[in-house]
Amino acid sequence: MAGPVLRLPHIRLRTVLVHLAAWGIGVAWLIPFLGVAVVAFRPLGEVALGWWNLSPFNPTLANFAGAWGNSDCPLSMGIRNSLLVAVPSTFIPLMVGAFAGYGFARYRFPGRDYVFLSVVLLMAVPQQMVAVPIFKLMLSVGLLNQFLGLILLHSAWGIPWIVLFMRNFYRTLPVEIEEAARVDGASEFKTFYRIVLPMALPAFAAVVVLQFMWVWNDFFFAKIMLQSTDRAVATLCVTQLSGQFTRPWDLLSAAAILTLLVPVGLYIVLQRYYIRGMIGWTIKG
Amino acid sequence: MPAAILLLLLVFYPIATTIILSFFSGSSFVGLGNYGAILQDPATLNPNGLSGGPPYGTLVNNLLWIVIHLPLSLFTGLVLAVLLQRVRGASIIKSFIFLGMVTPLIVIGVLLGFTIEAPVGFVPAFFGSIGLPSLDVNWIAHPTTLLFGLILGSVWSWTGFSTIIYSAGLTTIPKDYFEAARVDGASEWHIFTRITWPLLRPVTLVIVTMSLLWELKLFDIILGATNAGGGVGGAADVLALQMYRYAFVALPPESNKAAAVACMLLLFTTLVAGFLFRRLLTGDAPKPRAARRLATSTRAGE
Repeated sequence: MAGPVLRLPHIRLRTVLVHLAAWGIGVAWLIPFLGVAVVAFRPLGEVALGWWNLSPFNPTLANFAGAWGNSDCPLSMGIRNSLLVAVPSTFIPLMVGAFAGYGFARYRFPGRDYVFLSVVLLMAVPQQMVAVPIFKLMLSVGLLNQFLGLILLHSAWGIPWIVLFMRNFYRTLPVEIEEAARVDGASEFKTFYRIVLPMALPAFAAVVVLQFMWVWNDFFFAKIMLQSTDRAVATLCVTQLSGQFTRPWDLLSAAAILTLLVPVGLYIVLQRYYIRGMIGWTIKG
Repeated sequence: MPAAILLLLLVFYPIATTIILSFFSGSSFVGLGNYGAILQDPATLNPNGLSGGPPYGTLVNNLLWIVIHLPLSLFTGLVLAVLLQRVRGASIIKSFIFLGMVTPLIVIGVLLGFTIEAPVGFVPAFFGSIGLPSLDVNWIAHPTTLLFGLILGSVWSWTGFSTIIYSAGLTTIPKDYFEAARVDGASEWHIFTRITWPLLRPVTLVIVTMSLLWELKLFDIILGATNAGGGVGGAADVLALQMYRYAFVALPPESNKAAAVACMLLLFTTLVAGFLFRRLLTGDAPKPRAARRLATSTRAGE
């Protein structure tokens, strides 16, 4: 009797423990986010000694209203500016990558491996490496403090990886389909538009979500390019609200939540493409 | 063609200009003078840090980040990925852990500052409640707690990367390997050390490289949690922040010293990227595949 009866609960106990540990870790991981969220929804006086003290508990939206319409740097403006920068900064390099990537995938040219090498090394370049000349260049052509300047900058930094990313994707498509279309008399362009582009939509989704988030989350380029407060993007507003000596945690946590809402929301909706884009070629080669 | 001009103007030209700037002072050529001045500056390497504690200087701090953050985030991600293999709802737990990767790093910085500040934050109160009053202090206000608090906090935010990549790596290992090993009576530990870990080696290599680049480029988190000075006494200062101060805070700006710091950073990151490139080339992966794999993942890792 001892054997099977004792074995069964033993296995179950182990499974239960693994699940408890995993879920415990998962929830514990959220504590910093939870703390900021709780503070954002409560008056500062209630949480000054710790957001986990739940009495008194008077939830309010006042902090969000304060951050949204702030006089120093309203998040309503910051988020609008972030969108004005991030949307074109995503689609310009995507367009370039969609076409150039196809060229790189289907046509051979000498020194191809060196192009890969330089893209890899380019990815390792810190933003600080271009900051001073970019600042001077933009100042001299009147694009400092202009969204256009920042959009061009982000586009230029997005193009190398997106071209390569799209090229890798196109290479996974069977060339026979395109050849068949050409045999049937379709022009080069028609083949690309009608056959290749529709098949590449998942790759476009991955590029969009990765590049959009990269631009939205960027702080350094925005900081050096957009110096006047009325041009501030969301990530800049977060630091503008930080205060000189003490931090206004009520406003700041509301601003933090508002700023992370867009990338996190996008991640939740396009998670599949984000993860696939990130991992895809990392592991499968 | 317009794309090539954009790249030339906004990527290659500024990189070249910064390299040139780093060898000049004003309009006169000084060779490695700027580099020498920076390395002798206590803000970069603080000789009193060894005995007196932080600030250690930016160079040491970036190194500390590598020494502590790299193994911790790698190991935690691996353990979580293995643990989550057999857990129901693992994808939800992974999303929780990955949240730190999609949140803007400047917000992560603010969040970490909030979490380690007393009395508002959770971390000091937690250590107070488990009977460690020496850690129940305002971590932001003390150099040692600030530096190590931010290092550990950045492990929290970055672990999502290694967890996700390791999880994906685990799915590429054929299940038969594990089953065959179990049939042969191998212990779980043996299976891990003889099958899982060796087969994950290429994945580990990619994670290590991405993590190193991330630790070297560290900027937003420090600024978000403290200020442009790297917090109390400059305890959490890093190279990228030092460069920013020279170029955009100092009056008059010290562009040449800023360029030299940036070039030092570039030297380190290029060494790291080049190292991985060579390892992948000499490894089992064919040449173009390795390059491609590397390029796509480098961007995603940022």
